[in-house]
Amino acid sequence: MMPDLGKYADAVLSSYAVSILMIVVVVLLSVRRSNRVKRELQELESKVKSNG
Amino acid sequence: MNLNAFWEYANPKKFIQTADRLLPWFAGLAAVTLVGGLIWGFFFTPADYRQGSTVKIIYLHVPSALMAINAWLMMLVTSLIWIVRRHHVSALAARAAAPVGMVMTLIALVTGAIWGQPMWGTWWAWDPRLTSFLILFLFYLGYIALWEAIENDDTAADLTSILCLVGSVFALLSRYAVNFWNQGLHQGASLSLDKEENVADVFWYPLLVCIAGFVFLFIALVLMRTRTEIRARRMRALLTRERMEA
Repeated sequence: MMPDLGKYADAVLSSYAVSILMIVVVVLLSVRRSNRVKRELQELESKVKSNG
Repeated sequence: MNLNAFWEYANPKKFIQTADRLLPWFAGLAAVTLVGGLIWGFFFTPADYRQGSTVKIIYLHVPSALMAINAWLMMLVTSLIWIVRRHHVSALAARAAAPVGMVMTLIALVTGAIWGQPMWGTWWAWDPRLTSFLILFLFYLGYIALWEAIENDDTAADLTSILCLVGSVFALLSRYAVNFWNQGLHQGASLSLDKEENVADVFWYPLLVCIAGFVFLFIALVLMRTRTEIRARRMRALLTRERMEA
């Protein structure tokens, strides 16, 4: 299944590894911050509402 | 077509509702096209007769470089909307896009260096395109740092918009550097409307799918991050009001 990358295997595999890692990191950080800010805003809004 | 309908999305509530609706679609499209395109390119395309298997780096390098420039151009448009019409959502959309554009620029720089080493015999050269891309990366860093450094949102939006206008020169330069200077190691564009100048079809079709994947990923991330920035801004406003009332 694995294609024959010949003498350039290191270059090709490291390109894919670094790029996929960077994409995964930016997606995870974005999702995590999105969830955290949403939760904190809901808490703050309910606190403000209860304080009148 | 009623152009005024477009400005409805300047309403933060309307934007969040629309983003909630569109996000799953763009995220799904990004996952399918990006994973599909990379699998197609990596496993099912042949090695190039000159570049060997390093040609497979094209599926990461070209789409990320394309998005690095286009993300800045998107930031330019939204920054201009902020300067002219003072819509907060447009300034926040520019802020949301910057880290994504920075990651795209970094991927283009890193994959370019890894590809350059076996092909040119060097990781880096002060070639017009490489240098203008490095400057674009520094502009992304500066833009993000400026947003973080200024407490007042409107002042930050004003100053980052000006920085974005200046950086647009380098975004354009990095696109056309090869044509302007006609020197250096980097070859001309891999993509062209002229079929003669394009890469061979066997590489071209999976490359198109990967480009679509990067575009959808960018849209999905910007929708999500803009929604987050709108909520974060609302939170800062509520906290400020609370502090003033206390």
